[in-house]
Amino acid sequence: MPSFDAIIIGAGPNGLAAAHRLASKGQKVLVVEAAGTPGGGAGLSHLSYNLDPRAEKAMGLAAHGLEWLTTNLATTALCADGNHLRLEGPVGLRLSGDIAERDRRGWETLRARLLRFAAVLSPLNQFAPPRIAKGVGNPMGKLAMVALRARMLGAKDIRELGRIILTNVHDLLDDELSDPRLKGALAFDATLGGWLGPRSPNSVLPWLVRLSGQTAGKQGALGLPRGGMAALGAAMARSSEAQGVTLRCNARVARIVVDGERAIGVTLASGEEIRAARIVSCTAPKTTLLDLVGPRHLDAGLTTRARHQKSRGGAAKLDLTLKALPDFRGANLRDRLILSGSEHDVERAFNPVKYGRVPDRPGLEIVIPTSRDPRSDSKHHLSAIAQFAPHAPADREAARAQMLAACLMQLETHSPGIGALVESAELLMPYDIEDRYGLPGGQWHAGELSVEQMLFLRPLPGIAQYQGPIPGLWLASAGCHPGGGVSGSAGWNAALAMEAAE
Amino acid sequence: MIAQQSTLRHYETPLLKTHFHPRTEALNKLWSWGNWGGYTTVVSFDDVAMEHSAIRNSASVYDLCPMIKYRIEGPDAADYLNRLTIRDASKLSVGGVHYTAWVNDAGHLLDDGTLFRLASDRYRICCQERHLPWLLDSAHGFDVAITEETEDIAALSLQGPTSAEILRRAGFDIDGLKPFRMAEFPLGKGHLMISRTGFTGDLGYELWTSPDQALALWDLLFDAGRLHGLRPIGSDALNIARLEAGFIITGYDFTPADICVREDRLRSPLEMGLGWLIDWKKGHFTGKAALKRQHERGSDWSFVGIEIDGNVPADGAILYHDQKHEAGVITGACWSPVLKKNIALAQVRTKYAKAENLWAEIYALRELHYAKMMMRARLVERPFFAPDRRRATPPGRF
Ligand SMILES: Cc1cc2nc3c(=O)[nH]c(=O)nc-3n(C[C@H](O)[C@H](O)[C@H](O)COP(=O)(O)OP(=O)(O)OC[C@H]3O[C@@H](n4cnc5c(N)ncnc54)[C@H](O)[C@@H]3O)c2cc1C
Repeated sequence: MPSFDAIIIGAGPNGLAAAHRLASKGQKVLVVEAAGTPGGGAGLSHLSYNLDPRAEKAMGLAAHGLEWLTTNLATTALCADGNHLRLEGPVGLRLSGDIAERDRRGWETLRARLLRFAAVLSPLNQFAPPRIAKGVGNPMGKLAMVALRARMLGAKDIRELGRIILTNVHDLLDDELSDPRLKGALAFDATLGGWLGPRSPNSVLPWLVRLSGQTAGKQGALGLPRGGMAALGAAMARSSEAQGVTLRCNARVARIVVDGERAIGVTLASGEEIRAARIVSCTAPKTTLLDLVGPRHLDAGLTTRARHQKSRGGAAKLDLTLKALPDFRGANLRDRLILSGSEHDVERAFNPVKYGRVPDRPGLEIVIPTSRDPRSDSKHHLSAIAQFAPHAPADREAARAQMLAACLMQLETHSPGIGALVESAELLMPYDIEDRYGLPGGQWHAGELSVEQMLFLRPLPGIAQYQGPIPGLWLASAGCHPGGGVSGSAGWNAALAMEAAE
Repeated sequence: MIAQQSTLRHYETPLLKTHFHPRTEALNKLWSWGNWGGYTTVVSFDDVAMEHSAIRNSASVYDLCPMIKYRIEGPDAADYLNRLTIRDASKLSVGGVHYTAWVNDAGHLLDDGTLFRLASDRYRICCQERHLPWLLDSAHGFDVAITEETEDIAALSLQGPTSAEILRRAGFDIDGLKPFRMAEFPLGKGHLMISRTGFTGDLGYELWTSPDQALALWDLLFDAGRLHGLRPIGSDALNIARLEAGFIITGYDFTPADICVREDRLRSPLEMGLGWLIDWKKGHFTGKAALKRQHERGSDWSFVGIEIDGNVPADGAILYHDQKHEAGVITGACWSPVLKKNIALAQVRTKYAKAENLWAEIYALRELHYAKMMMRARLVERPFFAPDRRRATPPGRF
């Protein structure tokens, strides 16, 4: 007799969202998490850009400790000479700083258009990807709504969407803008979390996906919770527990138990075996299939496709403890700071990474939580996501040291004297992130969110509806549709798919 | 395959030669060559009827070198093959051989072949098509090494009632060798592996040795077979024998899934009469879930043996039900000299797999004009021809 109806592997945002939803429908749910605390990748994250509104509401996150310091964080695009550009409001609604009128207007039009396009896509985030086979029970009503919204864009916009959708960010920006700071900051944002540069083909679509997210009802807005994103993860965990979910940390799943060609339980690293009617993996599909289930239980073609699924991460995470607040030539330290240089610099930071090498001048997204929430020891914490970093360099130690030096050099250029303030520094390269969080390749989305790995191709063709390749197994991580971010969408959609399958 | 090959320039040698080429070349009176998997092989040495007659009435030698061979070895070899193939490879005992097949995830046939268990952790697969990428992909997660050894082995098929006697005369004691078993013998400075297998449905053996022993083996057999009607045969004669035995050939009777372009041409083992090979109880294997679904739902196609009125081979003929509705297609056909019947193998839609009133539409070229015939086709059991001598152990002294 299984003592749980469902075992969820991984207490990241998706695992917790799925657990909550299943428990709220009366299921007995166990979440097993390898780490000592729940939250998964939320602990790596800076900002909220696509928290699933269904999960946020149903989980009552506010009641479980989620407090927004801001739901509309401004961004400052840093310039080494202090000529910063500030983007206020969702996705730079207002630009302040020294900027030509032409660019101001160019951005206004482009921004509005991108948000319109992204808004058409956003409903897709909230259901299982449509299947392309015939008579398979697609949500035709909902799909028709998406088509209708697309139609309502009008002929001109549809033509433009068709023109840009598979193009690249660099060309798109180049069509409308000239200011290198603005283009650089936008190019950095557009490629954040991907394994592509602004000139890579198909880089626009993942950007639109990012822009389809929202915070507190505002499309494209960035949210900052009190206590950082980890606090958002903690609130999700508390809410799930309040819903009756059993959460076990320090419980790493070593294998998914398959018997009679059915997933029937999990074996923990400790050797303990737990059974349930349903095993829901909220860690990356690639790892789930290849390591937790294993090729012996899977067809050879599927195994090959899983091995070939692209999951290269290009983001590193830097944490500095500083003796005092740094000065970025007068920039507002409560903002999100983007240190990216021009659009060409963003591309240049990606170039060496293609060949497993470290860029000289990586771009940085910086937040300084202590600028809002002072620490009792009056020290400061600077957190940065550094792009791009190689996920599989020849020499990991050397690459990490080189990347750290490059990041510190970038910081020094923009904040002279910051080096002297550094008390301790920790840099997680994509491979460190993989080791610690299980994201293959350290990939932000647990599998690249690229055109060929989206919708019914995500995580792999044939298993894009959250139902795994063997009965009893479900896949519900960021590696599934609609992808990553601290959103819980994949987990929520998967829970809905499980309900529908009953 | 012969030693000079490495010095040959590929554009001068579009087709390679087998290890037995010096002998087959000398005997090929008609100079009738065909391409089998990139190798120059004999279609007919002199007279197809006499060659077929040797298979059924005395003994025949067929050059098997182009058969694709893979060695699979390692601690996980049995597990690996159980995931790869549809039959239970772990049940095959060392020294045993079985016929098997493998499919892709969708349950569509990639190939069939024979699996030899050389040791507890070493097997050999012999098959028609090349599959190295699929075999290597399938090896992920298994502790096995896969070696393509097609060129490392010289192989002959010795088939026919006097084949056992010829082996005895050549100095090999094969009296205890049962069907689907193999045994090893010294040969010159090397070894000869003899398996009691074949593609004719008759008493017969397949002989496997190293390339350096190839010509010596050939000569040894022909010396021993001088008074026992031993004859080299080409692929035309073999094709008649395999049709009589009801055996299928990948690429002829079905299109392997990995090169099949048209979705409606893909065939599963269930649709090719190979359902009996599937071991539903051995645990997971590639394609099992898909095959199970098909098994439960029923398959659209079936594979059957038929006898057709008249004596015109019905190669490629379309089958009709009631002379009106298309029911299937003939994939291989011949006039069987042993049965004195016009036989064929065919893919038919399952709803006609037990039907009476089937007809074959045959076009026979008669002095530059086609004669179109609608001939009665009757479903019959396969094999069409299965003499008891194929199984007798010890084999008869013919
Ligand atoms: C450097 C970096 C910065 C990021 N910044 C942001 C950001 O600012 N904003 C944002 O929204 N997103 C950000 N992301 C993306 C975000 O972190 C992920 O997309 C998101 O966490 C995915 O959620 P998930 O629930 O699918 O998986 P995860 O959050 O990865 O959760 C999976 C959980 O499973 C656990 N686990 C893994 N294997 C096992 C096992 N065998 N047994 C038990 N438990 C296991 C892991 O410990 C983890 O807790 C960032 C990602 C990276 C790499």
